[in-house]
Amino acid sequence: MARTQLTRRMRLPEAKAYVAEKLGVAPMDLSDPVAMWDVRRELGLGTIPSEDTATPADALAIEAKFNIARVLDVPIRSVERFRALTAG
Amino acid sequence: MDGTIPTRMGDGSLILMSRAQIETDVHDGVEAAVKRAKVAPLDEGEMDHLADIFASRARFSAVDLGDEVILTSDGVGSQDAGSRINDLQNHEQTVCTDTVELYHHDYSFKPIKPVLPFEQETMRQAQLLLTVPVHYGAMPDLGRYTEPDGPVPNWSRLLPLGRIDEARAAQEEAVELAVADIVYVAEGMYEAGADAINLDTAGAAGDADFLAALRAIERIRAQFPDWGIQIGMASEFVLGMHGQLEYDGVRLAGLWPEAQMRLAARAGASVFGPAINVNTGRTVAWNVARACTIVKPCSAASEIPIHMNGGMGVGGVPMHALPPVDAVSRASRACVDILRLDGL
Repeated sequence: MARTQLTRRMRLPEAKAYVAEKLGVAPMDLSDPVAMWDVRRELGLGTIPSEDTATPADALAIEAKFNIARVLDVPIRSVERFRALTAG
Repeated sequence: MDGTIPTRMGDGSLILMSRAQIETDVHDGVEAAVKRAKVAPLDEGEMDHLADIFASRARFSAVDLGDEVILTSDGVGSQDAGSRINDLQNHEQTVCTDTVELYHHDYSFKPIKPVLPFEQETMRQAQLLLTVPVHYGAMPDLGRYTEPDGPVPNWSRLLPLGRIDEARAAQEEAVELAVADIVYVAEGMYEAGADAINLDTAGAAGDADFLAALRAIERIRAQFPDWGIQIGMASEFVLGMHGQLEYDGVRLAGLWPEAQMRLAARAGASVFGPAINVNTGRTVAWNVARACTIVKPCSAASEIPIHMNGGMGVGGVPMHALPPVDAVSRASRACVDILRLDGL
């Protein structure tokens, strides 16, 4: 939601509805860590990088931001930079 | 005060009050806001809700499930444990904030200019290691441009001497310098991958300070249409240190949050943060009621997200270096519930 506020200037109800629709969940689920556990892992949106919460198969940090940019269709500057610097 | 409900004064000290005393303070706070800021009062249901929040003996208070809002900050971490990037990681992974903000300990745009390459490198590495949005923040801080530390005459010395024209000219010159520095740092941070720039404590030096922030935002937005730009105010009311400055035809001196928000949105800000001062001699309930009443027209009218400032001495949070969580949580919940905020 923070990224939709920053890049699209969405107020919170609109931001929650937008993100929930993109993720295929209810707005109420967005702040529920149990409901979001599988969603975050399936879509590669990132999680806490500890042995209890992540495996090497989980996208984290800049890896996760590539997925967030794609799934939510929001511009992420660090992802754009990464792409530009590794384009060859 | 006589009663059995523990609550706080605006300086953070613990007192005991009765429910009736809390209700009186809420009504008085609303009345103070109506009188001072010329805004409509809260309705009876809203005042009852505030009284309910402050009449609870619970250690912590919170919004309902599903009503959570986004948290942004004016810098995160103490910079005393590990690196600044460790500070950001700790806030993302342990404190679990929605966003984090990298900051230089001299939190103004002017002193950042000469160390921008170092700041860019830290931002670049932080972006590789964190998932949440990483902002970069600093203050416009117009006073930095005055003699003896800066290049322009000091209007705080000129004004008491009655040298009004010179004081105004100095502020206008400082605005140009500040805008150039803010835009320079913002361009550098965009290049380094920052998710947003935060112009914090805008208007601290009065109307010229606010003007510098608005002009900088306008220029940054023109360059980067999809970038995050946040502005947080220094206080509830724009001081008229100059008195004649305008942005887009609107005189800046004397503006309250709703009018401040309209100009910030027009300039291109993504997020606006109103700041309402705390009266340390009144209770937190009084201060929160007053703050909610002043900000309500701002939040109701806004087309951009509103992240109300809640911290030491603003937004009803006690003016103390270690604000007690019972007061912070009540102030935060009250503002979100009454104002339907987008964030804090």
